[in-house]
Order: sequence, then structure tokens, then C-alpha cells
Amino acid sequence: MTLGELRPGERARVLSIGTQGAMRQRILDMGITSKVEIQLIKVAPLGDPLDLSLRGYNLSLRRHDAALIEVEKL
Amino acid sequence: MSSTIALAGNPNSGKTTVFNALTGSRQHVGNWPGVTVDKKEGTYTKDPSLSILDLPGTYSLNPYSAEEIITRTYIVEEKPDCVIDVLDGSSIERNLYLALQILETGVPTVLAINMMDEVREKGETIDCKRLEAELGVAVIPIEARNGKGLDELMKAVKLTISTNRRPKPLALYALSKSVDEDTLADRRYSFISTLVEKAVTRKASVDGISIESRSDKLDKLLTHRFFALPVFALVMYLLFAATFSENFLFIPGLSSPGVALAALVEFLWGSLADFIANLLLSLGAADWAYSLVVDGVLEGLGAIFGFLPLILVLYLLMSFLEDSGYMARVAFVMDRIFRRFGLSGRSFIPLLMGFGCSVPAIMATRTLDSEKDRRITTLLCGFMPCGAKLPIFIMFVSLFFADGNKTMVLFFLYLLSLAVSILVSLVINRIAYRGQVSNFLMELPQYRLPTLRSVWIHGYEKVKGFVQKAGTVILAATILIWALSNFSLSSFTAEHRAEEGTVLSAMDDSLLASVGKAVAPVFKPLGFGAWRPTVGIATGWVAKEMVVVTLAQLYSEDVSEEYLQEYFREMEAEELSELGFEGGVYDSDAAFDIYTESVLMEGSDTNALSSIHADIPNKGAALAYMAFNLLCMPCFAAVGAMKRELKSWKRTTGAIAIQMGTAYVIALLINLLGLLVW
Repeated sequence: MTLGELRPGERARVLSIGTQGAMRQRILDMGITSKVEIQLIKVAPLGDPLDLSLRGYNLSLRRHDAALIEVEKL
Repeated sequence: MSSTIALAGNPNSGKTTVFNALTGSRQHVGNWPGVTVDKKEGTYTKDPSLSILDLPGTYSLNPYSAEEIITRTYIVEEKPDCVIDVLDGSSIERNLYLALQILETGVPTVLAINMMDEVREKGETIDCKRLEAELGVAVIPIEARNGKGLDELMKAVKLTISTNRRPKPLALYALSKSVDEDTLADRRYSFISTLVEKAVTRKASVDGISIESRSDKLDKLLTHRFFALPVFALVMYLLFAATFSENFLFIPGLSSPGVALAALVEFLWGSLADFIANLLLSLGAADWAYSLVVDGVLEGLGAIFGFLPLILVLYLLMSFLEDSGYMARVAFVMDRIFRRFGLSGRSFIPLLMGFGCSVPAIMATRTLDSEKDRRITTLLCGFMPCGAKLPIFIMFVSLFFADGNKTMVLFFLYLLSLAVSILVSLVINRIAYRGQVSNFLMELPQYRLPTLRSVWIHGYEKVKGFVQKAGTVILAATILIWALSNFSLSSFTAEHRAEEGTVLSAMDDSLLASVGKAVAPVFKPLGFGAWRPTVGIATGWVAKEMVVVTLAQLYSEDVSEEYLQEYFREMEAEELSELGFEGGVYDSDAAFDIYTESVLMEGSDTNALSSIHADIPNKGAALAYMAFNLLCMPCFAAVGAMKRELKSWKRTTGAIAIQMGTAYVIALLINLLGLLVW
């Protein structure tokens, strides 16, 4: 499954990142690397973007970017 | 010996608070060459031989954004004597990522672990000594908000410089040349995880999920599925009302802080200007000198000062929202809508402010993350129907749409400004920023109560920057328009002087009128190709409401003394005094000013300026004229602010060209459609 398919409150471990180019580097820099644990905290009121918790902080990511990140649910 | 210290760190790490605390008010804000990123420099208050440079906040040194490139180039090539990396202790894992990249460059570095109070509150401890042993650089715990630990920090910095202490070369650093980016990020973060395990103790975490902090609870409300938008609307209302409202909090007659301050400044400035004017009169100054000082210089300075209260109040509130962490939530909540127009959610605030005044609106673009968004939003601010454009609309609506639905016309103009903004933003995104990755990967920082001091420094800096950077533009442009509208080519001939007894010319014969006559044919297709409406547009650049005053001056046959006498004749004393006649007695000297400001601008005389109908023949042309004034170049004060934010004349003239072009095309379409409808 992908990060975009998580429901609020669910946690997952990152398997692979399908994003390319500058955005890929940015995602890595922000700490979304393989095997990291991520929790989906909530979704913005209009349905997008997502509020994620990882490495002790909160990160906001758009759905179409989250859909490129393969995860396994914990 | 003097040394240079560079401050680096993640956004939201408190880097700016550290900078402000170390340098006090001894700051100089410039910009990095070629980009619209601030370059702030200052000297340490307790030791002026140490100069401190505030690098842009970044999450990494990988060269993908302007901020990252600046920071990387500076650290690697300029080699500061010491780098202070400010880390947010409450999210230390991610903050250590940048720290590792800085240490890898080998520059002398001191790590300042900030927000130690929050770390304690979360029930965590950070063993700075342990980090110091592992990384081989001084690691100092600080609380920049309360100024705690800063002396220790600077002591460590001085020691690092004097002993030329360099970071311990870790095996990890050698990797960056041999492995790909993915592996490198992985390795850095796994190194950090081990480091954090050794040096950070966490408490009360159940299944790896830490306890809910106060910030999390607040966030539940502020980004709640149902409450988020109403709360957001309320915050925006308060922000807007506190700056511009004359009925603050819906209490009739209660001025908001912005309006009250503006009135005070206006009063003080007015008294000073009157004093100078009277002084000139009593000294027997020549009429041209008097006019230059009063209508040129004082008018221009007045325009600069008049905006300061609005900028100050708006900026105090904006930096409160920014520092508190709410601004990130604004982007989070509004992203979905603004992404469609090629902007980010944060653009909402400047555009909303544009409904009050473009000057603070344009200055508010500084809080946007990307250069692209800053530039596009700055351009769009000029399209907003600011308060000074309103008198133009009201006068024209009452002259041309007296029989129709006036509200609908105003509503149309507001909608037009939004539609045009969206369209222009989409087109620019398509053409100029084609294929640029929109990266919306944003930290949602913890909510924090900002300190008064940092909020004040932000506000003060803005006001100072406006006066310095925009002031000259405004003053020069105002004086130029003054000269053009008060002199003609024959002004200085002996004949003219003998005939008129002055070198000044009436506006009808002025250079501006000549230019207007030459340019007017350009506006033929828009329906108002006559010189007087053309001159009106030009004086609107001094201040938009000037369009009304100028038209009244130019159609002087319609505002003759007889006409005014007739117009005011039937009014009761009470009504006259309400309009501004002293003691309720009609005064022919004051009548013209009162007529333009209290009658024309409020649209109370539907028969006014009857000969304007010869120049602007129908409703379509009138609507086109209003639309042109709405969308064309904003007033010089706003242009000054644009120049300040866009940081180059090339980009500023480019933006003005787009505004003028857009205004022309839209007004043309309106006039053509108008010919079909009416």
C-alpha cells in the first residue's frame, strides 16, 4: 500500500520512495527514508494535504506525493 | 581582531530569535545577489568585534533551493570563522541532519540546542556533553526566547575560534563522495538514530507514540475538519479589521489600532505640513516654490508616512501569526484551493490585505516560502481593489449607473479583480515557471507563544525597510508628477510670466495635459480616448483617489463657483457643517475641496461632471475606465513596495508591464462587450 492510503491514526513503515528528482531529495532530507515509521495524524479540512508525524515532528505532504511512497502498515 | 560568525539552522528552529538576541537592534538587512532572500547582518551587542550573519533557514545543504545554495556556498566558499547551528531540541532528529552536513564541511562549528524548555516539558532530556563527545564540537543548551544560555554559547564560539577547533572527522562524512543520495540520507539518519539513542532520553511513550502535547491539542481545534475554516475566517477577519476597520469588532465608530494610529500620524503630519506651508507664505516664498514644497515634497512624504501605521500594525500581527506557528496551518488549510491557481495557501494573506491597501499587502509577501510565489503574489496585489480605488468606483457608479443596480457594479469589479488574478497567476505559472516542481513539503511546527520582543523587531524592521527602500521611489515619483502637472513648455517664457504672473501653469496647459493628449488615442479602443480621463489615470499613480480630484479639476467648467453655490444652496447649516464647512456656513474657498472629497468621492451628486459624458460616452466605457484604474499600475507607494520585494528594477518594470497590459486587454474587452449590451 502507499502512504496516501493510510487512515488518520494509522502507522506504517516506509518501504520505498517512487518520487523522482528534486522532490525525492527533499523527501529524503525531511527524514522520509526507507524503514522510518510514519503516523498519519490527520487530513486537512478540504481533504488534502496530509499531516504526518515522523522522527518527532510533524510534516505536511500532498496526497499525490504520498501516493508515490510505498509503505507497510504496522 | 574581528571575526565573522554565521548562523545556520532549520526554519522554525529559533535561529532568528537567537540572531535578534545576539545583535539587538544593530542589524542591517540587505539581500543576497540575484535572489529575493534577505541577508541580515549585525554585530554582537557584548563584543562589536564579532559580526554575525544570519543565513537563510534550511533543512539541508543539498543545492535545490535558493536558500540552500546560498547557505552551502557561504559556508564552503566564504569560510566563516565559526558557524553556529541552531537546533530545535524538540525535534532534534531532523535538526541533526543539517548539523551533520555542516560538520562535514569541516568549518569550526558550535551547536546550539534551542527550545530546551519544551524538551523538558515533553519529559525528555538531551545529554549535550554526550553529543559533544560524539561529534567533536561544542554543544550548548539554550532557550533563546528567554535569552538563557546565550552567554555560554558565545563563550564557546570564542573558544572555538581561538583554538581553531574543528569537528571530528567521522567515517560517515567520507561516504558522500562514494554513495548515491538515497544511501547517504539513509546512512545519515541511521547515524542520527544511534546518536539520539545515546544522548536523548524520552519518557512516557506508549508504543512509540509520545504523549499529546499542548500544541497537539491546540492543533486539533485549529485544523479540525469542521472548525478549521470558521476559525481561519475569524483570524483573517481580526487581522484585516485590526489594520483597516473603522468599526472594529463591529462596534460603530471604534477605530481599529491601525486606523487610530493612521489618524494620529495624519493629524501630526497635517499640523506639521500646515506649519511649513504657513511659514513659507509668511516668508514670501515664490508660488512655484510653495507649490513644490506643499504639493510635491510634503505630499510625497505624507504618502510615505501615511502608510507606516498600517504596515506596523499589520506586521506586528503577521509576525505573531508566523512565529506562533499558525501561518503554517494557514498554508495547510488553504493549500488545496490555491494550488489550483499555481500559488500556495500562504498567498491568501497578502491578497486579502490587498483589499485594504496594496502597500502592506505587498510587504506581506515576504512570508511566502518560495521565490516564485513571492513574485507572483506581489504582482497580483496590484490587482486588488484597495480602499483608495473605492472612491473612483463610487463616483463613476453614481455618474453612470444611477439608474441601475450600483451594488452589482461594485460586486462585478471585486469579482473581476479576483478572476483576473487567478487568470494571470495561471498564465505566468504556465509561461515563466513551466515544469517547476511545486514542492509542498512543509513542517508543521509546534505552536509557540512569540515573544513581544521578536514581534516588535519584525514590525520595526518592516517599517524601517519601507521608508529606506520604498521612500525614495515614492518621493521622486510624486515630485515628477507634480512637475508635469504644474509646468508647461511655455512656463518659463517671458510672455507666460507677464500674462500669468507666475511660472506655474494650470493643469489644462500642463506638460501632463500635453502628454495626455498625445497618449489619449491609445485608449480610443477602450472607450475613453480623451486627454482628461487619461491624465486622471496618471495622477491616480500618486494615490488612486487622486483620480477623482484630478477629474474635478479638469472638468472645472462643471465645478464652477456658480455650480457649487447652486449645489450647496439648499442645504441646512447642519448638513453643511457635516460635509466640512466650518460653522455650517458656505465658504466658496473651501467649496471645491469639500465637493470633491465629501460629495464626488461618496457619489452623492449624480449630475456631477456632466461634460465627462462627452469623453466617456456610455456605461461600457465607464466600466472599462474603472477596470483600467483597478488593474493598471498601482500607486507609487505600492510600486516602491514592489521594488523592495522584487529587488530589481528589471523585475519591477516587468511586473508593471504585465499590470498595464492586463488592464488594457480587460478594459478593451469590457468596452467591446459593453457596446453589445448597452
